[in-house]
Amino acid sequence: MISNEPAITSELVAQHGLKPDEYERIVKLIGRVPSFTELGIFSAMWNEHCSYKSSRIHLRTLPTKAPWVIQGPGENAGVIDIGDGLAVVFKMESHNHPSYIEPYQGAATGVGGILRDVFTMGARPIACLNALSFGDPKNPKTRSLVAGVVAGIGGYGNSFGVPTVGGELRFDRRYDGNILVNAMAVGLADADKIFYSAASGVGMPIVYLGSKTGRDGIHGATMASAEFGADAEEKRPTVQVGDPFSEKLLLEACLEIMAKGCVIAIQDMGAAGLTSSAVEMGAKGDLGVTLDLDNVPCRETGMSAYEMMLSESQERMLMVLKPEKEQEAEAIFRKWGLDFAIVGETTPTKRFIVRHGGAVMADLPIKELGDKAPLYDRPSVAGGKRQIVQAADVVAALPIADALEKLIGSPDLCSRRWVWEQYDHVILGNTVQRPGGDAAVVRVEAGPKALALTADVTPRYCEADPFEGGKQAVAEAWRNLTAVGARPLALTDNLNFGNPERPEIMGQFIGCVRGIGEACRALDFPVVSGNVSLYNETKYPGEELGRAILPTPTIGGVGLIDEFTRSATIAFKAEGEAILLVGETSGWLGQSLYLRDICGREEGAPPPVDLAAERRHGDFVRALIKDGLATAVHDVSDGGLLVALAEMAIASGIGAVLEAPAAIPPHAFWFGEDQARYVVTLKDPGPVLQAARAAGVPVTRLGATGGAILALAEERPLPVGDLKRRFEGWLPAYMSGAA
Amino acid sequence: MKSAVIVFPGINRERDMARALSLISGHAPAMVWHAERELPRATDLVVIPGGFSYGDYLRCGAIAARAPIMDAVRDFADQGGLVLAVCNGFQIACEAGLLPGVLMRNSQLRFICRDVYLRVERSDTPFTRGYNAGQVIRVPVAHGEGNYIADGETIARLEGEGRVAFRYSSPDGMIDPNWNHNGAMNAIAGIVNERGNVLGMMPHPENHIEAAMGRTDGRGLFAGLVDHFNLAA
Repeated sequence: MISNEPAITSELVAQHGLKPDEYERIVKLIGRVPSFTELGIFSAMWNEHCSYKSSRIHLRTLPTKAPWVIQGPGENAGVIDIGDGLAVVFKMESHNHPSYIEPYQGAATGVGGILRDVFTMGARPIACLNALSFGDPKNPKTRSLVAGVVAGIGGYGNSFGVPTVGGELRFDRRYDGNILVNAMAVGLADADKIFYSAASGVGMPIVYLGSKTGRDGIHGATMASAEFGADAEEKRPTVQVGDPFSEKLLLEACLEIMAKGCVIAIQDMGAAGLTSSAVEMGAKGDLGVTLDLDNVPCRETGMSAYEMMLSESQERMLMVLKPEKEQEAEAIFRKWGLDFAIVGETTPTKRFIVRHGGAVMADLPIKELGDKAPLYDRPSVAGGKRQIVQAADVVAALPIADALEKLIGSPDLCSRRWVWEQYDHVILGNTVQRPGGDAAVVRVEAGPKALALTADVTPRYCEADPFEGGKQAVAEAWRNLTAVGARPLALTDNLNFGNPERPEIMGQFIGCVRGIGEACRALDFPVVSGNVSLYNETKYPGEELGRAILPTPTIGGVGLIDEFTRSATIAFKAEGEAILLVGETSGWLGQSLYLRDICGREEGAPPPVDLAAERRHGDFVRALIKDGLATAVHDVSDGGLLVALAEMAIASGIGAVLEAPAAIPPHAFWFGEDQARYVVTLKDPGPVLQAARAAGVPVTRLGATGGAILALAEERPLPVGDLKRRFEGWLPAYMSGAA
Repeated sequence: MKSAVIVFPGINRERDMARALSLISGHAPAMVWHAERELPRATDLVVIPGGFSYGDYLRCGAIAARAPIMDAVRDFADQGGLVLAVCNGFQIACEAGLLPGVLMRNSQLRFICRDVYLRVERSDTPFTRGYNAGQVIRVPVAHGEGNYIADGETIARLEGEGRVAFRYSSPDGMIDPNWNHNGAMNAIAGIVNERGNVLGMMPHPENHIEAAMGRTDGRGLFAGLVDHFNLAA
């Protein structure tokens, strides 16, 4: 082979993120020392990000099937059938490390990558969501990270032309050195026109489409597969630069050639770029692939084979085209001003051969590159069970009214308007419910169907009890979809954890995955796509162990509403309506925001999730919405019941007169975070109370809407306008440097 | 009403606009590619929709203003044809010399997407005849660069000739800096050219046209145009 590449040394192997035994595995597999380019290819394919080597055996336990699932995990995105010949294509993916290093571009390219995953399958993106976790607001770096990430998400999605309709945002010091940026995209396609990545046919042209290849993002996937050290800033060159304009052109060009029947197989170039996409297409189709890098459109001169194979330049696609349609496809791409080049062909050999400058730079067995990647059953330890915090043992540190005022204006519960107003959430004209409710609702074309979309997880629960926390993340997504009137159909999971080589982190991962699986099965809510992001921790100088993030398995849920004009919203609708609580309240304060933010105690077991009750209560509420009986609906989650009620009042300007049952201490009743609960308002509660009794669903009457004050017995009256000022005030004040 | 929607690379609200035109006029518009040199025959209305033409990496609208199709649009306007330019379309129209002034970055230096209130300043143009003068409508904005600025003389002329079509206002029609989200001079949200046949505006009436979706405030603009052509016919 070629001689002008560096010699393979153990240092070079280590720099590529490969362990000595993994390198031995490579030598054994190919029967010789790999070339430099081959070492790069292996490092790209075998890193944690691309190979899922620590997570694969656990992910297999998740339920992925249902009659409405067209495509589960393993493709660019999951696909579900929503009837009328239409399919929904969706996935969530992280871009954590890049967003910490370079917030604007890291977040922007995270959005770009997930949009590509969706339109690669033939779907037009119709909505985006995101789940963001930042460090302590007091950390001097947090403000600039929030500003950069939000601007980056908006900058990409707004220009591309997809509404960003929902998401979540949290602050916790545990993300100080390692923020999370999880982006979800949802697209719509004809159910019989889904495109896949498996190549077929020997001697078929492999075509490179989109932007040119540059030196950006080299080793991005490897960088994402290691913990951060003090040198995070120095990794800036591994972050890609996004170009939403090119992505928009690529979308239109791809959909156009798909509609013209030109495409056999298609794969976007995401993590590990050309390497991963070419290997995937060949390996899935049981074919070999030969690439001729001399034909790859390059942004810079003198790029080596190694650089081209590992570049993560954005807005690029690889396709296998029908030979007879090649000219037609090329004309379409030229019209959109995009690069089009034949860079290789499929072969019968099952070898992955890379040529450059007349030399063979890599010659590897294509199946084994993917299939023979290391697979680890890493040792794990489960954390100890936390004690249950009894409400009686929690002293109410503040009067109820003061506690509510503090919580509603706190970083984790205040309005996210400052964020979502920077996202175009109305483009395409189908946004039925904008951000700020339980789930976003997006009409499917001209209707009457609509999709409900949400992203949820409660990391502090996951750390205190990974199994219950995993269950809760799924249950909350399911509940948020239900609260707008949707039938939850399927989910995508974005599992963000620390270093899997540490048994306690692996214990969190396994516990959460078990909990997710349990809830998915109980709620008929399968996992159809997902992404695992490990090594989310930062090693500080002088410390032996890295500081890991809170375990954060984000769940992106999709539900279907048959009649979009019937979706429920959280705002009170009129004065004099009955307010009911659906679900049981024990006053569970362990791991609640009340306990953390009012009492300064981060402790206890999180609220357990009774999945049978979850289903029963949710089905009951959904039927109330469908029958047009519920006038407003809100799920009860972070902050508890009184926070949910305050949000309903703030959204409408209408107050309420409320009463708590005597059996539970008031602070536990109003701020406990018991699961499987909804607040519902009704014009006429009588028949509903009766129906609930018959269905075995516990319902409590809390009071009635009216006035402009939240009035609780024996508490200072709370004007809704004041609450709204607090709710809306914190984030803009913080971002302007005032809070 | 036969309309033509100009599509530049990077434009992204052309589908929203086409839907509004189809729903209200009953005719799907022609979608005209930027590289064309002529408009379809017998076009009544040309629409330049919103988006990020050519990525807006240069000054917003600067490249689109020089695209081949824009010569045809200028000729069309010179002959008195009606041109509706929304958001990026407004920016393009300013760059193309169809309208005076320029759209600068929002005063808060952030992209803003929200519903805003517009006071309709006059109802005697083909674009605003569907409203009453002084009426307040609620429509969304979604832009990072909507801050209308022109020199003192131009502003004085616009005001003197009554060419401000829409102003950002409070829900009850008061002009108030608190309701001017992007800092535009004189709260200008939309203007017409001297002849009154070209309207540029930042907000998106095309996104508020269906009762089932909650609001129909944008409908008046399109319905008024349809009436205008029906009466002329």
